[in-house]
Amino acid sequence: MSLEGKVALVTGASRGIGKAIVLDLLAQGATVIGTGVTEGSAAAISDYIAEAGGKGRGIALEVTTDGACEGVVDAIEKEFGAIHILVNNAGITRDNLLMRLKDEDWDAIMDTNLKPVYKLSKAVIRGMMKARWGRIINIASVVGATGNAGQTNYAAAKAALFGFTKSLAKEIGSRGVTVNAVAPGFIDTDMTRGLPDEHKAKLLENITLGRLGEPREIADAVGFLASDRASYITGQTLHVNGGMYMN
Amino acid sequence: MENIEQRVKKIVAEQLGVPETDVKNESSFVNDLGADSLDTVELVMALEEEFECEIPDEDAEKITTVQQAIDYVSANLGK
Repeated sequence: MSLEGKVALVTGASRGIGKAIVLDLLAQGATVIGTGVTEGSAAAISDYIAEAGGKGRGIALEVTTDGACEGVVDAIEKEFGAIHILVNNAGITRDNLLMRLKDEDWDAIMDTNLKPVYKLSKAVIRGMMKARWGRIINIASVVGATGNAGQTNYAAAKAALFGFTKSLAKEIGSRGVTVNAVAPGFIDTDMTRGLPDEHKAKLLENITLGRLGEPREIADAVGFLASDRASYITGQTLHVNGGMYMN
Repeated sequence: MENIEQRVKKIVAEQLGVPETDVKNESSFVNDLGADSLDTVELVMALEEEFECEIPDEDAEKITTVQQAIDYVSANLGK
């Protein structure tokens, strides 16, 4: 229970990878606040946190609303104290060939997958710097490193996280705050369940371990980076993809 | 009750890890007291806490010496 007494914020926590991350951090003893887009999803997050016997709750956050990220951090700090661990997990896809991509699709990805990482990180680092301890973990994607036809917007936003991660790691490393990214490969979630079967079959051919990953397998990597066992790791991207891409 | 000058100097010494005797009114945080850019950000954070105020970024950028910090606090807070 190495994260006893620590407060963690996980965005996009209602299902999939985000939910698995919340459960991992709870199991390590952290108080975890998970965000979902609606009040309903926030309530569902509160329920599964209580069911797991953990401390914390769900909170509604629409990351694209002006001032919402800052407001949520403020509210959490008032209720639970300073945030020690931030996991930027919330993300969406708006896939299309570039020639068919609309400005709205491009903007939606940048506004949801990239800008909140900047906003939330900025809002939490004050507390982390004061505590001389902090963890920021950004959930990127294998396609940020490999590229993927039909995902110029998504891949661009995910690749941006690598540069953000390294730069912020250099800025605040001297204050005991580490910043890392985890880049999942193809994980069995609602996001990948929407892919056509023939597309999935083709993907599997490229995965060394021959199967999709489980959300828990990403959460294990995040839980490790959040813990004191990863105290000397910063500015890194940990690829968790079954050998689909070898860095 | 210490005056503003003493309180500012105490915070500067604590934040930058220098003896209080080195903190002169004319000392520049960066040039004389060895602060880097992150130190100056933290210093402003510490001043905000000590004097229970918010110092806007555009003002914070202009505070580069001990005297400027004292002047800013005196002018804007008068506590």
